[in-house]
Amino acid sequence: MKRTLRIFRFHPEQDTRPHYATYSLEVQPTDRVLDLLEQVRAEYDPGLAYRRSCAHGVCGSDAMRINGRNALACKVLVQDLSTPVVTIEPLLGLPLIKDLVVDMEPFFAHYRAVLPYLINDEPLPADGRERLQTAAERDRFDETTRCILCAACTTSCPSFWANGQYLGPAALVTAHRFLFDSRDRAAPQRLQILSARSGVWLCRTAFNCTEACPREIHITRAIAEIKQSILKGRPAV
Amino acid sequence: MTQFHTYEVLVIGAGGAGLMAALNAAQTAKTAVLSKLHPLRSHTGAAQGGIGAALGNLEEDHWEWHAYDTIKGSDYLGDQDAIEFMCAEAVQAVYDLEHFGLPFSRTTDGRIAQRPFGGHTNNVTGKPVRRSCYAADRTGHMILQTLYQQCVRHQTEFYNEFEVLDLLIEGGRAAGAVAVELATGELHVFRAAAVILATGGHGRMWEITSNAYAYTGDGVAVAVRRGLPAEDLEFFQFHPTGIYKLGILITEAVRGEGGVLINGKGERFMPHYAPRIKDLASRDVVSRSMYLEMRAGHGIQGERYLYLDVRPETVNRYAAEDGRTRPDGSPYRVTADEILAKIPDIADFCRTYLGVDPVLQPIPVQPTAHYAMGGIPTNVYGQVLQNAAGDVLPGLYAVGECACVSVHGANRLGTNSLVDLIVFGKHAGRHAAQAAKGSDLPPLPADAEGFARQQIEQLRIGSGKETVAALGKELRALMFDAVGVFRTQDSLDYAVEKIGELRQRYRQVRVQDPGRIFNQEMLTAWELGNLLDLALLTARAAAARTESRGAHAREDYPRRDDAAWLRHSLAWLEGDAVRLDYKPVTITRYPPKERTY
Ligand SMILES: Cc1cc2nc3c(=O)[nH]c(=O)nc-3n(C[C@H](O)[C@H](O)[C@H](O)COP(=O)(O)OP(=O)(O)OC[C@H]3O[C@@H](n4cnc5c(N)ncnc54)[C@H](O)[C@@H]3O)c2cc1C
Repeated sequence: MKRTLRIFRFHPEQDTRPHYATYSLEVQPTDRVLDLLEQVRAEYDPGLAYRRSCAHGVCGSDAMRINGRNALACKVLVQDLSTPVVTIEPLLGLPLIKDLVVDMEPFFAHYRAVLPYLINDEPLPADGRERLQTAAERDRFDETTRCILCAACTTSCPSFWANGQYLGPAALVTAHRFLFDSRDRAAPQRLQILSARSGVWLCRTAFNCTEACPREIHITRAIAEIKQSILKGRPAV
Repeated sequence: MTQFHTYEVLVIGAGGAGLMAALNAAQTAKTAVLSKLHPLRSHTGAAQGGIGAALGNLEEDHWEWHAYDTIKGSDYLGDQDAIEFMCAEAVQAVYDLEHFGLPFSRTTDGRIAQRPFGGHTNNVTGKPVRRSCYAADRTGHMILQTLYQQCVRHQTEFYNEFEVLDLLIEGGRAAGAVAVELATGELHVFRAAAVILATGGHGRMWEITSNAYAYTGDGVAVAVRRGLPAEDLEFFQFHPTGIYKLGILITEAVRGEGGVLINGKGERFMPHYAPRIKDLASRDVVSRSMYLEMRAGHGIQGERYLYLDVRPETVNRYAAEDGRTRPDGSPYRVTADEILAKIPDIADFCRTYLGVDPVLQPIPVQPTAHYAMGGIPTNVYGQVLQNAAGDVLPGLYAVGECACVSVHGANRLGTNSLVDLIVFGKHAGRHAAQAAKGSDLPPLPADAEGFARQQIEQLRIGSGKETVAALGKELRALMFDAVGVFRTQDSLDYAVEKIGELRQRYRQVRVQDPGRIFNQEMLTAWELGNLLDLALLTARAAAARTESRGAHAREDYPRRDDAAWLRHSLAWLEGDAVRLDYKPVTITRYPPKERTY
């Protein structure tokens, strides 16, 4: 079957402003959008720029806007798209570099701001083995360990668009993962960061993040749990 | 303008191996990590099933059993001293990861959960043992994230989206590396007393593969162009269960949890080939059995795929037949929900790419090119070896999938790559830091970036008659047919000749994008050159080895031949020719014997 791809193009060394280019392709219903981009490179323009690596939704490289919605190009199939023309654009809210490539550094700066590592300075078990954690304690934060930091959520968030200082959903998901880990001891420090001006209170519960998440994390719920924890002064179990 | 940087230790690659090396090196030495991908995009994040270590959390286990299984799995080509070292160290490696914060799944008593995996056995009963430590079916994701988190904590210096094009060697020792910065197109020269290569695998030369686009063998190719040999490249693992046509991996953990392979007659066929551990035999054995079934016309509807069936009724039926029990001795029975809780990501892949719900329908699978057993020869400290005599190239290290210690020999056991990354990453990082501290910075060669520049300039001046896309496609089809699960002298000689032609045609490639910023076209073209070079070495080493061992299955030489071939190959690229040499396998206490499962 035929599909037309309408792709946002911007070559920083040649173009003064972005434009859209269209490509007509012969495709299969089960092709990934990423396969179509590869086809454009092979048949039309090897210079088309976009990031990609694993091609099955776990490395988080290829988040972009597909028909106006944030998604991973390797997780959307042709058969999932109802329109004959498929529009592909870079993520919003991060500086554009070239074609579909944006500068991810501001996104990762927010990630680093939430102390994205386990903090526990107590002595390790005397026998040198693992710290104990019950299966139920482990389950408490299972969902937020799934995040691949693809930025689909943060760059779909109106609060983030309005204020680039806002930590954004992805950083909050990371914060949740540590806040609710029974082995972590830094809850007071974490809650302080999360309740600061650029923190969780800028979330307006638009739900865009949850809809955009390719890992099906209930991000809005995780954020709500952080808000409750701040109100209680400790992780709300 | 070329920029210059100076460090004590330079790590190239930010997957599990590179990050572990960096964390350890940075404790004492000024260290930088260069990666063509953002570290969190590295392929370690795709690992699913688990990391093997004889913790014995659910049943009796010993690192010596792990070592024996690994040696047997390697079809006796693994070096036994290195394997014993790795398996003994694996236990501490897993505890280290837990202490770093890795969220392993847990047992009912709060310990790290463990599951059975292919080729891992109780050495007394020969039955599968629970040795694979896991975090659901995203163990690699959790390892990559946890190590990166530790790097953030310790403020490791990263140069992300820097692609290394060349390695600097001066006066017989490593002197640094040359990289292109994607965002600017600038070349950077990194001077360092120790360089650790951790660039991952090269499975992108096969048509059906579980490997990421980034898996183009850059580190091995760069080393080979600087006159170093590659070891055992003829051994490349085909994993039994890739999603039909796409190659996306379905972890062995699905069989660990009770899933079975079914042929077109609706029959579970693995008991014919591996009567004791059946579907959990080593990967080479299972992949070959699948090919034989399909060749006999027993593919699904006669096509070239089979079913992986993990529906609860199937699992329970065969678990009962096998007499499988839970740790408390009760019969093993599972529900759909229990299965889904253990393999959530796999279920998601099946739904997304196949429209199949794995607890309701079987999954169409075919063997998929998966893992490079071969690579840059090293010792257990990751030091790179220059020749069959084992002479070290001072200051140069390699770890992870790009290296060959050799702990995987002719066939890697599942869960052992992640062990390899953590154990050897740690030791290479420490050794490199110590070596760098104890030596002066080597001088930079004159025109340090010259060879890197020459390689990319070459890609701008070709005639343009050939394209990267077309050549890559031909290479992948050729390798899958002629250098795949089964091989013959004819198929391999043909491959050598064809790859030679492809390498000639590659000189006609011309990059069209004149820009410097994010010129991925340039880098993709350069990476194809790496794949072509490694393909040639692979096919030549395979054509020379007239025996069958592990993943190297010769139809014309179906038996293992220890008298002639119990040795590692070393392959040098000399212009368009390949020179081969061999070195002995280290045997400690496990003399080679026949391998049955
Ligand atoms: C789908 C899948 C599932 C798997 N499951 C398991 C499992 O359950 N258990 C197990 O033990 N093993 C498993 N494996 C194998 C294992 O995951 C890999 O072998 C291992 O993660 C490789 O790690 P690495 O650190 O060597 O390389 P990677 O994690 O791939 O890292 C390579 C790094 O090198 C960088 N790099 C590459 N080239 C360059 C260059 N030119 N310049 C600069 N940087 C460069 C990349 O950016 C990247 O950071 C699996 C593999 C796959 C594909």
